[in-house]
Amino acid sequence: MKNITEVLKERILVLDGAMGTMLQAYKFTEEDFRGEQFKDWKLSVKGNNDMLSITQPEAIKEVHRKYFAAGADIVETNTFSSTTIAMADYEMEDYVYQLNYESAKIAKEVADEFTKENPNKPRFVAGSIGPTNKTGSMSPDVNDPGYRAISFDELRIAYKQQAEALLDGGSDILLVETVFDTLNAKAALFAIEEVKEERNIEVPVMLSGTITDASGRTLSGQTAEAFLISVSHVPLLTVGLNCALGASALVPHLEAISGNTGYGVSAHPNAGLPNAFGEYDETPEEMAAQIKEYLDKSLVNIVGGCCGTTPAHIKAIADEAAKYKPRVIAS
Amino acid sequence: MKLSGLEPLILSPDMNFINVGERTNVAGSRKFLRLIKEEQYDEALAIARDQVEGGAQIIDINMDDGMIDGKEAMVRFLNLIMAEPDISRVPIMIDSSKWDIIEAGLRVVQGKCVVNSISLKEGEEAFRKHVKLLKRYGAAVIVMAFDEVGQADNYERRCEIAKRSYDIMVDELGFPSEDIIFDLNIFPVATGMEEHRKNAIDFIEATYWVRTNLLNASVSGGVSNVSFSFRGNNVVREAMHSVFLYYAIQKGMNMGIVNPAMLEVYDDIPKDLLEHVEDVILDRRDDATERLLDFAESVKGKGKVQVQNLEWREAPLQDRITHSLVKGLDTFIVEDVEEARLAVAKPLEVIEGHLMIGMSVVGDLFGEGKMFLPQVVKSARVMKKAVAHLMPFIEAEKDENSRAQGKVLLATVKGDVHDIGKNIVGVVLACNNYEIIDLGVMVPPEKILEEAKTHNVDVIGLSGLITPSLDEMVHVAKEMKRLDFKIPLLIGGATTSRAHTAVKIAHEYDNGVIHVLDASRSVPVVSTLISDDTRDDFLKDTYTEYDKLRDGFLNRARKKVYLPLEEARANKFNIDWKAEDVYQPKKLGVHVIEDLDLNELVPYLDWTPFFQSWELHGKFPAILEDEVVGEQATDLYKEATDMLHRILDEKWFTAKAVYGLFPANTKENSDDIEIYKDNSRSEVLETVLTLRQQSKKGAGKPNIALADFVAPKETGLEDYIGGFCVSTGFGVEEIAEKYKADLDDYNSIMVKALGDRFAEAFAEYLHDKVRKEFWGYASDENLSNEALIREEYQGIRPAPGYPACPDHTEKTSLWKLLQVEENIGVNLTDSLAMFPTASVSGLYFAHPKARYFGVGKITMEQVHDFAERRGYTKQVMERWLAPNLND
Repeated sequence: MKNITEVLKERILVLDGAMGTMLQAYKFTEEDFRGEQFKDWKLSVKGNNDMLSITQPEAIKEVHRKYFAAGADIVETNTFSSTTIAMADYEMEDYVYQLNYESAKIAKEVADEFTKENPNKPRFVAGSIGPTNKTGSMSPDVNDPGYRAISFDELRIAYKQQAEALLDGGSDILLVETVFDTLNAKAALFAIEEVKEERNIEVPVMLSGTITDASGRTLSGQTAEAFLISVSHVPLLTVGLNCALGASALVPHLEAISGNTGYGVSAHPNAGLPNAFGEYDETPEEMAAQIKEYLDKSLVNIVGGCCGTTPAHIKAIADEAAKYKPRVIAS
Repeated sequence: MKLSGLEPLILSPDMNFINVGERTNVAGSRKFLRLIKEEQYDEALAIARDQVEGGAQIIDINMDDGMIDGKEAMVRFLNLIMAEPDISRVPIMIDSSKWDIIEAGLRVVQGKCVVNSISLKEGEEAFRKHVKLLKRYGAAVIVMAFDEVGQADNYERRCEIAKRSYDIMVDELGFPSEDIIFDLNIFPVATGMEEHRKNAIDFIEATYWVRTNLLNASVSGGVSNVSFSFRGNNVVREAMHSVFLYYAIQKGMNMGIVNPAMLEVYDDIPKDLLEHVEDVILDRRDDATERLLDFAESVKGKGKVQVQNLEWREAPLQDRITHSLVKGLDTFIVEDVEEARLAVAKPLEVIEGHLMIGMSVVGDLFGEGKMFLPQVVKSARVMKKAVAHLMPFIEAEKDENSRAQGKVLLATVKGDVHDIGKNIVGVVLACNNYEIIDLGVMVPPEKILEEAKTHNVDVIGLSGLITPSLDEMVHVAKEMKRLDFKIPLLIGGATTSRAHTAVKIAHEYDNGVIHVLDASRSVPVVSTLISDDTRDDFLKDTYTEYDKLRDGFLNRARKKVYLPLEEARANKFNIDWKAEDVYQPKKLGVHVIEDLDLNELVPYLDWTPFFQSWELHGKFPAILEDEVVGEQATDLYKEATDMLHRILDEKWFTAKAVYGLFPANTKENSDDIEIYKDNSRSEVLETVLTLRQQSKKGAGKPNIALADFVAPKETGLEDYIGGFCVSTGFGVEEIAEKYKADLDDYNSIMVKALGDRFAEAFAEYLHDKVRKEFWGYASDENLSNEALIREEYQGIRPAPGYPACPDHTEKTSLWKLLQVEENIGVNLTDSLAMFPTASVSGLYFAHPKARYFGVGKITMEQVHDFAERRGYTKQVMERWLAPNLND
């Protein structure tokens, strides 16, 4: 199997779409979420999607299969919230290793099925590392702007546990995504560098920030370019943006990144903005038409979808992307 | 090079020079230091904001000061900056000589910072470690041209060290070359020393070499150093800075710290001045320095000093008296005062007229920050001489109506012997026409209150330096309430603070307890308090502020979590005990040094605290060229070194020391260190009791006690400990008194300040000997005095009463163990202060992992546990440890 760095030079790769949106269709009950292992769990766990990798692995595999079938080259593990920090809500900190390991393992099984079927189109697993629910450089207390709910070290340790388990489970790539506070991302990158050094391995890393509103800045206040500079000290497979905005709204910020980095560039926007009911109703065709602008401007190397996107969206995007040559990576 | 705050900063070839804002630096800005010390973060943030608004593209933040917890201040300030988008839009330069402060800073900033600085000074191992971490945190870095041998001071050494650093960073460790900034050391030119002639041109040529040979690296430096020898002549200095930058930038210097106010526009420099300056900077002529020196005089004003001398003696009488007072000149004062006396009806009119007019000018200049404390003390010396001349005439007239503005009683509280600060306050107030009743040192509360009544004073001022004095002050406040006093109480001294006054003293006495930060504040505070018009409002405002402070403090205190003592002990500083880290001292037992040659101590003198005692803040020697206080500091330094020579030549002080090295082990599961009579370790001679940190620490961080640095019994290792007391105070008091009797407070204060410096130097000297010879565990150590001041040696010497060992009562054990009083005659007061004052005592720990730390706040549980171990009652121990209690 070709390594991803080589494949990335040959064509534009397609990342999968939303996991959460797909899982809603299963209408899992509290009992389904608990499964056998957590049937007596002390708290309600409905909504803890990441644990479905343990309790409903077939459903997760099915979602991965649908995305690969739609043309995705990379699927993300179902581990967006699988850190001790985010799992504290369900008091499941002790299961972080299992959550990440199992999620990576099942995703890798599905990827291998597809690669075997068509060796010319190797499929990859990106271990998803979310931002956690705490911010390292902002205060949650309006009366005390100097206060911090979490430290760099606490973040680093949590990210390191997650990264190790994702790699043990067979992830090909680590994807630090939906970065709303760059300090969190820097702690994640620090942790990944430690793992690389301790294990003496190279791991392709994708890093993806999120621009939260029309001001064009991250939640922690950085412009896209400042964000790029702040995370470019470690070797990255790609750097880019995801979530929060629809595809068109991301263009100026993607340009700021694409024009200033020697790394690959990724984008996985939402299917537009949510409507009054919190649903995303941009159609696959509408979204693909906007993604075409990325391709025409040669802004990206990896493209996919975030909230509200489905296999149909990914298929439309993949069909479009196949017509273009990838953005040239300088380094 | 690319940096970021909230917005990017990209250093491209067309942006020829990046200026770094340097006012948020405690070593460079007195005001910033004060704000940080007082936790006035809002105002400190305003300074940062002003800099950014003023065009600084990067802001340098430095918290290296002995009086503040640098790491905590750095983190707190950076966290607050992050919440201010108009400041945090620019990148941060994290500036510290301490790696742990740098790292703490890197952990709270989301953008890409510049670290200032690292170097090969401590060898390649430390350098590699820092470079690797910087790469992982993602920061650019200033690398000093400094290696194990010292600072690079010529062209070859600059290039050699830069190349060696670069090769390790780039070739070996893969550090991005564009993130390296070399500080190639800008040194002064035109100093008159042959070897300094090429200082500027060597820097400029080395800059060119670095920029052409070390791909992508930048070059920076502190520009004002180059003109150091022309302090006081800003015309020449500004021209020198501009010329230097003009050539250095052409050769590739692309970053620097420059005060924009000290920069002339290159094209505006007059042609003749330009030629002379360029000759010096570029080293174009053998006589360049002499020519510029001559020319500089003409720029300054021809023969200005002499002309002025003649001029001022011809001015009207009042102007001459004012001139003498402002300049601190005592040559003509008696003559002028006598002339004034003959011209008025009553001699008192000279004091109330001529002299007070002069002193009010001094007071105004001081208030506006145009004069500094050493100058004011000199003015007071002149004033005293003038008054002394008039006194016999006034006495003869017995004028009953004379009345000073008010009476102020000053005292250093019971148990404390430190009085430099109190004396300065006395002088400054006296200059402003207050009558001073100075009760001296170690004054019991009964005496303070009795004398206050007898003299019917308007204000009482208490001073103290050691922590037990804080409690003494609380006690005086309570007594004043009990005895129904009405007058305000002022609190001052190095150990006091606004916060302590607000939280602990203010509410013990209702008629006004005011903390006074320094001598310059004492005048406005006293005058406001004495006037019936202003007193009530001032007290009301101050108390409102204190209430706010107190609530804030209590809220914060509540947030801190403390571990039960047992848990804190379980989380001790774990040393992996190995036989090779434990050394048997070469000289066990107690030893006395009778009369050390003072000359031996001179290389160990640390001048920075000397300037602090004169309220001139900044690091030595940089303070000598500080934009604000540089001239004054230079004058003070000169007079101090003059006195230093007399101290040495005439042998004013006697230096004595006692030290002891003993077998010792820490008791199992305890914070106590047993000291044994001999190496059989069967008989316990004395037990050193140590306090343990109790505040809850982050993951992996220990709760340290000094006992952790001595091998526990159960390891079976034979460890050791040391103790010492040094004093250079024999002779200090006598000479200080003599000066005082001569009405010369300036030199009285000076001799005390130097006595303290000698004692600290002796402690440094003895520790050096102990490490290298007497204990001998570091026989191959080779550190510069700067490195010693930065405490880079192996092992520590914590002193009772300081952060690692806040328990003063430890001194009683130490005194028994070393027979200090019998051996060298230093004794302990009721509050366990040492007398003579210029003394230092402490313990020695040798383990390579031993380090300084602060015990911080502890709980009542530990205080009671400690009382039992010490054999004191709970109440007595609570009083001794009150400053450390977490209430």
